[in-house]
Amino acid sequence: MATVSPTPLLKDELDIVIPTIRNLDFLEMWRPFFQPYHLIIVQDGDPSKTIKVPEGFDYELYNRNDINRVLGPKASCISFKDSACRCFGYMVSKKKYIYTIDDDCFVAKDPSGKDINALEQHIKNLLCPSTPFFFNTLYDPYRDGADFVRGYPFSLREGVPTAVSHGLWLNIPDYDAPTQLVKPLERNTRYVDAIMTIPKGTLFPMCGMNLAFNRELIGPAMYFGLMGDGQPIGRYDDMWAGWCTKVICDHLGLGVKTGLPYIWHSKASNPFVNLKKEYKGIYWQEELIPFFQSVTLPKDCTTVQKCYIEISKQVKAKLGKVDDYFNKLADAMVTWIDAWDELNPSPSGIKSAELPNGATK
Amino acid sequence: MRTSPSLLSLTIDSALLNLSNIADLSPLPDHIVLDLFLLPARTRYFLSSRHSTFESQLPLSFLPDVLRNSEIVLISETCTSLDYRVAISCFSEALYFGIELLFVFGKMSLAIRDDEIDIIIGAIRSDLTSFMNEWRPMFSRFHLIIVKDPDLKEELKIPEGFNLDVYEKSDIDRVVGSSTSVLFSGYACRYFGYLVSRKKYIISVDDDCLPARDPKGFVVDAVAQHITNLTTPATPFFFNTLYDPFTEGADFVRGYPFSLRSGVKCALSCGLWLNMADHDAPTQALKARQRNSRYVDAVMTVPAGSLVPISGINIAFDREVVGPALVPALKLAGEGKFRWETMEDIWSGLCVKVVCDHLGLGVKTGLPYVWRTDRGDPIASLKKEWEGVKLMEEVVPFFQSVRLPREATTVEDCVVEVAKAAKERLGSTDPVFARAAKAMLDWVNLWKSVGSISSSPAV
Repeated sequence: MATVSPTPLLKDELDIVIPTIRNLDFLEMWRPFFQPYHLIIVQDGDPSKTIKVPEGFDYELYNRNDINRVLGPKASCISFKDSACRCFGYMVSKKKYIYTIDDDCFVAKDPSGKDINALEQHIKNLLCPSTPFFFNTLYDPYRDGADFVRGYPFSLREGVPTAVSHGLWLNIPDYDAPTQLVKPLERNTRYVDAIMTIPKGTLFPMCGMNLAFNRELIGPAMYFGLMGDGQPIGRYDDMWAGWCTKVICDHLGLGVKTGLPYIWHSKASNPFVNLKKEYKGIYWQEELIPFFQSVTLPKDCTTVQKCYIEISKQVKAKLGKVDDYFNKLADAMVTWIDAWDELNPSPSGIKSAELPNGATK
Repeated sequence: MRTSPSLLSLTIDSALLNLSNIADLSPLPDHIVLDLFLLPARTRYFLSSRHSTFESQLPLSFLPDVLRNSEIVLISETCTSLDYRVAISCFSEALYFGIELLFVFGKMSLAIRDDEIDIIIGAIRSDLTSFMNEWRPMFSRFHLIIVKDPDLKEELKIPEGFNLDVYEKSDIDRVVGSSTSVLFSGYACRYFGYLVSRKKYIISVDDDCLPARDPKGFVVDAVAQHITNLTTPATPFFFNTLYDPFTEGADFVRGYPFSLRSGVKCALSCGLWLNMADHDAPTQALKARQRNSRYVDAVMTVPAGSLVPISGINIAFDREVVGPALVPALKLAGEGKFRWETMEDIWSGLCVKVVCDHLGLGVKTGLPYVWRTDRGDPIASLKKEWEGVKLMEEVVPFFQSVRLPREATTVEDCVVEVAKAAKERLGSTDPVFARAAKAMLDWVNLWKSVGSISSSPAV
């Protein structure tokens, strides 16, 4: 049996970003896995409320006042009263990797009863390549006990760098409001022991509950949009980021993985409240999906920022007529990139995510 | 702890079983209808309504229409009456905001009759006794077609108790002519079975595969799982992160567009393998002791536009829908009697995927697993034949670049177009491709003369 080298902790290279409005009690359960890492806590809602962080964690906490102070007028792009505000944490982080998790997500157990170290699995996913150009029927070929199947061209076996690791959830599944209303008692009990690359050209619904990404490769694309207070829509923040991210990853030749690790999602939000937040999104996504499926980015978009600005232009041009919200969103996307670049100045000459061969569709 | 059933509950029980035959539920009082739908179901039915603007708050008004369209009704086992009322009033609220909702309760496979299925085995080895006996619980209900590899000299040994037809070299020569029979040598012999079958669903496994066991120790009924895969929709246009939304305990996730939730017909189901996974010879030689022990409990649709190596070791397909697209075309110069020495199924699968993508059909992968026994020596195969591995460097980019014209609306037309493109773009690279292109055209002709449902079976 070949020895497997242990997964590096990356404790100085990874930040954990947690949006919260309540409390952070859930961190107690995660302590064995999270304690080595720096936390960035983004406090949503009333800034005068004190969020108690359990002892022993190294963290920085930002409430709305801090966000306004750091970004000034650009703070308008950060949502209020919605977990979308978490993307502020991505922006202020100085680390290479981000892991973000919701405060109602706990440690899950695998079928053998062992606690799942979700963070370790995400790190594994991010550190090993993706294979977006040809589907491997045995899923992640780099995993222990797996490999490429017969017929998989050797020239594609090196894979591409992984930008995003999308984890899943046991117990309360991430359903939309109508599905929640019909199946309020359905629980996800199926542990699917696989990680796979989402093929190039395929979009997916990216959930922000259990998500890790390489900030250096794709960070600027992880803008979670304008949601919540004063906005006509909610619960589409991560979806929006996911569609933009996937389009850009496809363009730049980066990989997106989904599957393990699982966390245990404990809290089902109120389906009526969800329906009110989502209903415009349910309508709009019928326009948004064809839009994203047909976005093409020009060859000279070789950085994430350039790709993102280009998408924002196309959002304005093609979605502005669906609703004026998209004009505001397109502007916010530009503000986001401005703010990102201001907070993350790149060393001269080298843009953080410039890839030599900006592959086009 | 149940009290003895009342007349009403017995009536409701039997009504449930016959629900799809009841066209009009409107005479029933509301509370009876709700009871009908809210009983914990021993049997389950499924309801799918498309873009319905619900004119009434009660299910009565739309159910008869739905049932008339032969949809079947689902009651979620865990749905209480309170939840159902909540669901209905959610619709009125949704209606208030002026949205049309595609509302899907659930989806289930349709009941398939045994006589719609053929199990087709290509006999590469002569002694099928233990193979057939191991599969007996799963196979004995169905009609089987066993096609003997024309190169096999020994007599086939097949145990008693199966409903089957056996085809040998002489039969193949008689039906397709001895000049075309070369298409069906080696592993490709099973395609002859596909040709002469008259059933809708075909399931094929290699003769060195046995039933697998799931992590709980239960024997996997590969036939049932393939049929489930083929008779529930596929979802190629958007990836569902909880995999197959039509399986029990799963559904579409938040963010999945409603207009895409009815899915498309699934044309092909590609299963997997425990123990000896389908690796190529170099990989297996390098990892001589590696055996696949990971049981991944998922079925998923391979997204449209994404190509995949579809192994022929454990597949099933809808012959009526996609039959001609499985082509016995790519015959390696040194093709042998181990899967490491072939690529015919990979070429065939790429062709099927391209055709399915073009015609809006789905291809699923994942469950069921079969147990593939250790056989052969990868190093010996590697020494003898690794042409196939090298050819994939040409084959995959070719299929990735194939664009079928809009006028190709039938599977046969699509296959012909792929054959033309193969001849044009690959013909000069290696003679094996020119032969493959020709074989595809021969196959389509054969399919039209021998294989089509309307013509009487030639045997």
